[in-house]
Amino acid sequence: MILSNDKNELGKMLMIIASILPLAVFIFPLWNVTLEAPQYPTPLGLNIHINDFTDMNPHDIKNINLLNHYIGMKYIPDSIPEFKIFPAGIIITSLLGFFIALRNSYIYFLLWCLLMISLSTLGIIDFYLWEYDFGHNLDSKAILKFLDDNGNMISFQPPMIGSKNILNFRAHSYPRLGSYFLASGIFFSLIAYFVSRKYYVKR
Amino acid sequence: MKKNNFKISIIISLMVLLSHCDSNISNSSGALDFDRSEQVYVPPGEYDSYYAFLSGGFSGQLSVYGLPSGRLLKIIPVFSVDAEKGYGFNEETKPLLNTSFGSIPWGDSHHPDISQTNGELDGRWIYINENNTPRIAKIDLSLFETTEIIEIPNTAGNHSSSYVTENTEYVIAGTRFSIPVPQKDIPINQYEGNFKGALSFLKVNSDNGEMNLSFQILMPGFNYDKAHPGRGPSHGWFFYTTYNTEEAYSLQEVNSSQNDKDYIAAVNWKKAEKYINEGNYKTIKTNYAHNIYNEETQTGETKWIKEVRVLDPSNCPGLVYFLPTPKSPHGCDVDPSGEYIVGSGKLSANVTVHSFSKMIDAIKQKKFSGEAYGIPILSFDAVHVGTVKQAGLGPLHTEFDNLGNAYTSFFISSEVVKWKLGTWEVIDRKPTFYSVGHLMIPGGNSRKPFGEYALAMNKITKDRYLPTGPEVTQSAQLYNIKGDKMKLLLDFPTVGEPHYAAAIPAGLIKDKSKKLYKLEENFHEYVSHSGLETKVVRNGQDVHVYMTTIRSHFTPDNIEGIKVGDKVYFHVTNLEQDYDVPHGFAIIGANTSEILIMPGQTETIIWEPKKVGVWPFYCSDFCSALHQEMQGYVRVSPKNSNIELSWSLDN
Repeated sequence: MILSNDKNELGKMLMIIASILPLAVFIFPLWNVTLEAPQYPTPLGLNIHINDFTDMNPHDIKNINLLNHYIGMKYIPDSIPEFKIFPAGIIITSLLGFFIALRNSYIYFLLWCLLMISLSTLGIIDFYLWEYDFGHNLDSKAILKFLDDNGNMISFQPPMIGSKNILNFRAHSYPRLGSYFLASGIFFSLIAYFVSRKYYVKR
Repeated sequence: MKKNNFKISIIISLMVLLSHCDSNISNSSGALDFDRSEQVYVPPGEYDSYYAFLSGGFSGQLSVYGLPSGRLLKIIPVFSVDAEKGYGFNEETKPLLNTSFGSIPWGDSHHPDISQTNGELDGRWIYINENNTPRIAKIDLSLFETTEIIEIPNTAGNHSSSYVTENTEYVIAGTRFSIPVPQKDIPINQYEGNFKGALSFLKVNSDNGEMNLSFQILMPGFNYDKAHPGRGPSHGWFFYTTYNTEEAYSLQEVNSSQNDKDYIAAVNWKKAEKYINEGNYKTIKTNYAHNIYNEETQTGETKWIKEVRVLDPSNCPGLVYFLPTPKSPHGCDVDPSGEYIVGSGKLSANVTVHSFSKMIDAIKQKKFSGEAYGIPILSFDAVHVGTVKQAGLGPLHTEFDNLGNAYTSFFISSEVVKWKLGTWEVIDRKPTFYSVGHLMIPGGNSRKPFGEYALAMNKITKDRYLPTGPEVTQSAQLYNIKGDKMKLLLDFPTVGEPHYAAAIPAGLIKDKSKKLYKLEENFHEYVSHSGLETKVVRNGQDVHVYMTTIRSHFTPDNIEGIKVGDKVYFHVTNLEQDYDVPHGFAIIGANTSEILIMPGQTETIIWEPKKVGVWPFYCSDFCSALHQEMQGYVRVSPKNSNIELSWSLDN
């Protein structure tokens, strides 16, 4: 059997898979935000990729921006700095994971796993900050302004994960395939670590 | 064994699923649909219980539907030409479309309102405004035809129009766009203070419904959006919503939406009459068309009017007050009792209600919070009586039933919300499909609404009907409002984009509907009362053909002596005196249209032959078993030929 564990081939292979899986984010979106309302029988959706925002259906971003302008929300930019930084991060960490796999040193498997968790967490925090900024920093001359009981402008922050009513819309925000690949990469590296540790500790 | 179990469980779960679907169909939607269809079904040969008149918006016309069936009965051409009916193409109706800008073939019709007596619908006339080239039309509800169109001077975007007072003393018009009055060549950025908003009062002749522009009030340069008359105790007042009290003139979607409150303008028109009678007005030069269709001659005529009386509210104390009203209000609606004035702030979630009696007290006690261009602004708290809170998003317009309930359309959240006058509590809400503009309850703009149905007029339909390319229909949705809960009964496509509607119990007008024009009462200049009176007369290059139609021939049916370059007027009189026997007249190469001549009517169409030859004409309305035989020929000779005019039937 190729994956005989004589030389921790299994752990190594798992780690190779772990390092490759995150690359799927170049194919599949990481996240999706969808807006539903009665007059949108086909909901409007924004797919967030590692290096781009794309329409769920043709022209969705343009139409979301048109809606957002009523409440004074900024336009969704064509590009953000993260679209350069995050792909580089994925490529670098994937390469790193691959070399670590070849070195077959299990403690590094764990470190890679932790590194990936930290970077992903940073990514999610970054996403939250964007959403916060979009939801709160509204144009003071917005056409539709709603004040709370204290006279402050009501914010329109979309949910980070989950569903929420925003005015006449129901907003849904959930991870997509890219994120699941990334998460499985992390998960595989953890398995690789345990398998390898078991192998080396036994020896 | 295990595998088998698995299979069995799948089969069982499928069966459960299927049986669920089954019960859903029979128990809920099936029974409901049966109930709904029963409520809107009008069996063949039976009548609807209401006439509903829906404006056509950009179609420029007024369409007539039966309710509750939603069946289209007629499209009455008003502001747009209609080749089908010869409207705007025949000589009789051409004058109706005259304006100071020339003849205008298209209009944007908005807010039909039925004439009233003592605050109740009397079903004599219906008035409707044209937004683009400001005009108001009168439609005679015995003919279902446009019989008058008057141009409104000093106005642009004739939107807060054409509502009638409770004895049809006045039809009013108000400008949506303020403009320099009188017009002049000035930079647009000198808007503030230089642009004015004219509110027009058209006195109605109670015998024949004719309008005459009595006076205008020159208001500050805001946008006057919608209006409604007071009734009962508030009779004598008119209320208008305003927006753009910011007096912005660019990127209004943002710049007109900045003030937290705009105003409802309350105008005391009885006081205005007093100022006019006292001579406290200015006369300004203008020029506008007043077009009247004369029923005796069956022909429209244009009168040009050169001046208008104007009142300046800053010189007329007690004429106008401003009621602060949140968020660029659109609808301005007065309840049947005349006490509540409802302002629908289209950029908010709330509906604001003012009290007429509080307003009168506030005026007496001078509870003012400021003034704008010499017009007192009443303190909000002194006039405000209640708010329907968080009722929906983007309230546009409110109608009323006869039980003290109000119904507000919410554009943004796409729903109709029913609420209680006095307690301001929401009773029910129902979605519309989609983005409702206005609502209509028969008689909802009177002291006596008929609280049986509400009609929602939707701006967007998207997936509601079979797709028809990028352009899809607008729609109307009929709700049963008899119980506490509204019930959506019917969803039907409309003609153009209805901005408002008016409806009346069928019994109030159906028996007054004329069946035909009496031939002996036809005093058209070119009438032929019988085939014997027909003739062809040349006057230079103009040739007048006096023609008659009766089943199934034209008299004359052969005409010779017409020459290229002539202008041929076919004056066709339909000699029939039986219900629903119109004849049509169509001739090859006419650059005008066909005409459809009702029994006893005369209509005229111009034909300018360009080619030598023998050219046929025929009846374009299938009139009888021998309709296909109903035809004739015109011989067209070269310009310089000497052939004398001759005409014949059966020679």
